[in-house]
Amino acid sequence: MILGRISGLIVSTINHEFYDNKRLLLVDRLTVEGKPTGKYIIAIDSVGAGAGETVLIIDEGNSARQIVEDSTAPLRSIIVGIVDQTTIQSFQ
Amino acid sequence: MLLGKVIGTLTPCVVYKGLEGVPMLLVQPLDKNQNPTGNTIVAADSTRMAGTDELIYYEGGREAAMALETTFVPVDATIIGIVDDVKLDNEEVE
Repeated sequence: MILGRISGLIVSTINHEFYDNKRLLLVDRLTVEGKPTGKYIIAIDSVGAGAGETVLIIDEGNSARQIVEDSTAPLRSIIVGIVDQTTIQSFQ
Repeated sequence: MLLGKVIGTLTPCVVYKGLEGVPMLLVQPLDKNQNPTGNTIVAADSTRMAGTDELIYYEGGREAAMALETTFVPVDATIIGIVDDVKLDNEEVE
């Protein structure tokens, strides 16, 4: 799983049928310190995350398909948690 | 999934079994501000409706094949949808 921060929304009407009525969020990937890495990811949401929130994203197909309970979904990235706080115990 | 822009089409004369009739498009990957980043890729089109100059989002890897009608085919990237609008949170509301 990876850390991200929601930075935008993708609006799309013509898409693969699996993505009908799914909210697509644009998420900045973060380092452990919470700084943007410059990379991003477009993911669907399973927890009701909103703008500016730090979230936990699964970027692996089989796990994502298990969450949506659809073994044929062409899906890899899904938001599975909202992060309140991260604590780094030791950092080299 | 990542954003991309369709910059052209590609017409193969011979394709692997299962890929017959699947549209192939040339896609320039973009960053979140829609600036080109990285090399152009060829992507299959699951929407069958994307055209030149359109903003799209695509998926790579195993999920690329799963988005097509024949789901066990050798593809690297597939267009999942056409983008109408990207709303970034730091943008001023017009």
